[in-house]
Amino acid sequence: MNTFRYLYRRLGSTLPMLVMVGLITFLLIHITPGDPAAVVAGENASQEAIDAARHRLGLDQPFLVQFWHWLVAVLHGDLGTSFTSGKPVTELIFDRMPITLSLTAGATLIGLLIAVPLGVFAATKRGSWLDKVTIFGTSLGIAAPEFFIGLLLVLLIALELGWLPATGYIPFEEDPVEWARRLTLPSITLGLGVAAELARQVRGAMIDVLSRDYIQTARAKGLSGFSIIIKHGLKNAAIPVVTVLGLQVRRLLGGTVIVEQIFAMNGVGSLAVRAVFLRDLPVLLGVALTTAVIVLIVNLLVDMSYGYFDPKVRAG
Amino acid sequence: MSATTNPTAAVALPPPSSFLQRYCRNRTALISTIILIAIVMIAILAPYIAPHDPARSSLRNILKAPNAVYWLGSDDLGRDVLSRLMYASRLSLVASVQAVAIALVIGLPLGLIAGYVGGWVDTVISRVNDALMSFPALILAVVIVGLIGPSLSNAMTAIGLVYAPRIMRVVRGSTLSVREEVYVRAARALGCSDARIIALHVLPNVTGPLVVQATVLMGQALLAEAGLSFLGLGVQPPEASWGAMLGTAFPYMAQSPTPTIAAGLVISVTVLCFNLIGDGIRDSVGRMRRAGD
Repeated sequence: MNTFRYLYRRLGSTLPMLVMVGLITFLLIHITPGDPAAVVAGENASQEAIDAARHRLGLDQPFLVQFWHWLVAVLHGDLGTSFTSGKPVTELIFDRMPITLSLTAGATLIGLLIAVPLGVFAATKRGSWLDKVTIFGTSLGIAAPEFFIGLLLVLLIALELGWLPATGYIPFEEDPVEWARRLTLPSITLGLGVAAELARQVRGAMIDVLSRDYIQTARAKGLSGFSIIIKHGLKNAAIPVVTVLGLQVRRLLGGTVIVEQIFAMNGVGSLAVRAVFLRDLPVLLGVALTTAVIVLIVNLLVDMSYGYFDPKVRAG
Repeated sequence: MSATTNPTAAVALPPPSSFLQRYCRNRTALISTIILIAIVMIAILAPYIAPHDPARSSLRNILKAPNAVYWLGSDDLGRDVLSRLMYASRLSLVASVQAVAIALVIGLPLGLIAGYVGGWVDTVISRVNDALMSFPALILAVVIVGLIGPSLSNAMTAIGLVYAPRIMRVVRGSTLSVREEVYVRAARALGCSDARIIALHVLPNVTGPLVVQATVLMGQALLAEAGLSFLGLGVQPPEASWGAMLGTAFPYMAQSPTPTIAAGLVISVTVLCFNLIGDGIRDSVGRMRRAGD
């Protein structure tokens, strides 16, 4: 019962955010210089033709009415038509979404695989050389641009050693092994920044948790160090870590724009970059809206995970 | 034992009193500051100390490895990489300042208003802020550049707009925390105007977190500029920032890795300096709250 009420409350706060994100996107269309009606009516169109186009597009209606029509269309999956290719924006984005999402998931996985052990070790061996190396390395990892790390990886692993392919993407359905091989370098590129940010958070949260009374109690009961860390430490340290992980997804989606470019992957990010050069506004705004919605969904999932990690949240 | 001696004073040294003293005790922050000052000096003095003309290309010296003439090698048009890096630092640093200034001009007043006025004004500003922060920063910047056209100053305007919500959030948090302090309520009871209260009591309390956030954002803006210019959406050739240099060097990386590595390292070191200086300021400001995020 409580769980449902909790879910309901979370959803209730996400929906207004979705509308607000939509409103911002819609405003971006409106503040753009140039008259869309004139563009649609074509060059050398008469004033009557432009007015007719404006009426047909509904641009002569009040702002809120226009927003409402736009919102209803978006909710039906209609993000408009690309100026350059003539295809529906939704189709263009969804065709490329698997690449971007694979990349984001891969980077998150790499981030977790590095950050959790590193953060836990650094926390349990606080002040040791390993701890100091972790702190220094994470500072560097946060400061280094992901494209620089990516370029170094391409240089070293793909070009010098020839272990992994440098560019391209193969869909999972075609060849799962090649899919993983092609995703490895870009995922590491994106994931190292996440690992740096996350390792700091894991370290901080673990230091905090390990100083609590219940850890002393568990030690006094004779539990081994390992099971204390896994059973009591990690679960209680999870909330701040999951929060940061949620924030990282937003950063990752932004980072894919650059990483896709380096590794010549045709994802949503490179779709947006190409749309800038082609001045394809519907595509640009579609990408902005879709990524923001993904971020909001991830935030919702993060919020809901608090209930799992800490039952007090559900009740409160 | 003399009556004037404080018993605790003998145990520990008295804590350094001023902000500057505390800051200088932080060795990491101090070294970062020195490195950053050096980078800024190089940017200012570039015309006098650059070994070569950054724009002069020499077709006989294309993609040369580092040597006695070209200390960091030459690029795909035979231009000196070191001289270009020195000149590029001007664009990169000024661009970051521009972006952070725009973020401050928008974020500071909105944060003060939201935090001080509260009520529905705060709700509206904060909701819009949250929604803006739901967009991935780089994607929103790419979209804004797409709307207003690619150029360095447009890119920095976009980055400034994207980062304004972060400034706003920090300022709002600090403003909220002082709004109900006794001295603020006392000032209000004495009949001080809101403008005077904000200027005399709220702003000084906001300054610490604001400076920290602005310093860290300098690094972030530098990264964002590098990213956009790398994609060709920022500075346009023949001018170059560090990110643009990285972008032009990258296709030739297999033949000559030095330009790529040099530009990447310079960006990383500068961003690291900004981050560490931000940490240093945060630790040195007295009674500072980590307001906002």
